[in-house]
Amino acid sequence: MELLAHFSHVVAVFLMVAGLYVVMARGNLIKKLVGLSVFQTSVYLLYIAPGKLIGGTAPILAPQYGLYSNPLPHVLILTAIVVGVATLALGLALAVRIREAYGSIEEDEIIAADNAAEEARP
Amino acid sequence: MRNDLVLRVVGKLLIPFILLFAIYVQFHGDFGPGGGFQAGVIFAAGIVFYALIFGLENARKVVPDALVEAMLAAGVLLYAGVGVAGLLLGGNFLDYFVLDADPIHGQHRGIFWVEAGVAVTVCGVMLKIFYMFAARGDGATGLGE
Amino acid sequence: MGRRRGGTIIETLIINALLVLMALAVLVLARTRNLFAVVVLSGVYSFLMATLLVALDAVDVAMTEAAVGAGVSTVLLLGALHLCKSEEARPAHRPWLPLALSGATGLLLIYGALDLPDFADPAAPIHRHVAPRYLQNEVDVPNVVTAVLASFRGYDTLGETTVVFTAGAGIVALLRRRRHKGGGDAQ
Repeated sequence: MELLAHFSHVVAVFLMVAGLYVVMARGNLIKKLVGLSVFQTSVYLLYIAPGKLIGGTAPILAPQYGLYSNPLPHVLILTAIVVGVATLALGLALAVRIREAYGSIEEDEIIAADNAAEEARP
Repeated sequence: MRNDLVLRVVGKLLIPFILLFAIYVQFHGDFGPGGGFQAGVIFAAGIVFYALIFGLENARKVVPDALVEAMLAAGVLLYAGVGVAGLLLGGNFLDYFVLDADPIHGQHRGIFWVEAGVAVTVCGVMLKIFYMFAARGDGATGLGE
Repeated sequence: MGRRRGGTIIETLIINALLVLMALAVLVLARTRNLFAVVVLSGVYSFLMATLLVALDAVDVAMTEAAVGAGVSTVLLLGALHLCKSEEARPAHRPWLPLALSGATGLLLIYGALDLPDFADPAAPIHRHVAPRYLQNEVDVPNVVTAVLASFRGYDTLGETTVVFTAGAGIVALLRRRRHKGGGDAQ
C-alpha cells in the first residue's frame, strides 16, 4: 500500500536508474546519449507528479473551476525540456566530431586508438 | 524523399498550417497552453519538415543561414532589452509594471516581448542545429535523400 | 458523490497504466542493440511521457515534450545516426558491475522516496507555499504557467534562454569548420 501511494516515485526512480545503467554499461556514444536523455526525462516526472491534485484541472484560470494543479513545477520543467534538447544536440555534435576523428563511436575502440597513438609516439 | 509525390503534396498542404499553429500558440499563450518555447519549436519543426521533403538547399533559400544566426542572438538581446527598458523607465531589471501607465497593461506588454524573445532564440537554435547536422552529411543534399 | 469517486479511480488508473508503459518502453530500449530501433523507441517513450503529462494536468509541458522530445530530438538523433554507424557493438563482457551499482542506487532512492508526501496529497508542502499566490492571477493572465514563466520568474527564463543560446553557439563552434573548406567532400 505504501508503495502504491508512491508509485510515481518508484517509476521515476526506475527510469532514472535505467538511464544511469545505459550510460554506464553501454559503450556506444549515441546509446549513452539516449540513456542520458531518459535519465533527464525521469526528472520531469519526479517534478510534475507531486504537483498533481486528483480532480484538479490544468492551471489555466476559468470561473467555473476552483481546483488547479500546482503550476510551479510546470514552469521549471518547461524550460528544462528545451535546455535538454539543446544539450542533447551538443552531445550529438561531439559524437559526430569523435566519429570523424576516430572513425568510430564505440568507447572501447576510441580508447584502443588512443593507446595505440600513445605507443607510436617516439 | 524529394521525388515522392504523396510527401510533396501532403507537405505543401500541412506546412502552412504548422506555421500558423506556431503563431497561434505564440500569441494565444496568455489564455491557453502555449508560449514562446513551444511556438519556437513548432515553427522550427515546420521548417525542418520542409527541409526534409524539399531538400536543405531550398530550405536555406526560405530561411537563410544569416537570418538564423541573427535570430540566435536577437532573442536573448530582446529579452534582456525588456529588462533594460524597465531600468530606463525607473523600475528594476525585468520589472514590467513600469512599462505602461497602467501597471497591469505594462505586465502584458512585458510578457508579450519576453515571450517573443524566447520564441526567436529557441526557433533560431533549433533551426541552426538542424542545418548544421544536415549540412554535415553529404554536402548539398542533406538528410532529404 | 459516487460518480466523483469513480472519476478519481479512473484518473489514478490512467496515470499508473501510462507509468507502466513508460517503464516497459525504457526496459526494451536498454536491451536493444540496433540504434535505429533505439531512436524510434525513444520517440515512443517521449509520446508516452507527453500523454502522461496531459493526465497530470501539465498541458504546457506536454505540448513542449511532444514537439521537442518526440519531434526535434528524434530528427536530431536520426541525423546523427546518418553520420555514424547504426549498429551497436556487442559488449565485451556481461555488465554486472553497472547493473549492481544502478540497482543499489535505485533501492536507496526508493527507500528515500517513501518518506516523500503521498501522490496527490493536497496537504503536501508543494501546494501550500507559493502556489496559492500564483493562482490569485495578480497580473491578469489566465494561463498561470505563462504568467509565472515570463513575469514572476523572469530571471530564471532569461537564464534558460541564455543556456539555449550558448548550446547553439557551442554546436556552431563544433560543426562549422568543414563547411567553409567547400562542402561536398566525402570524408
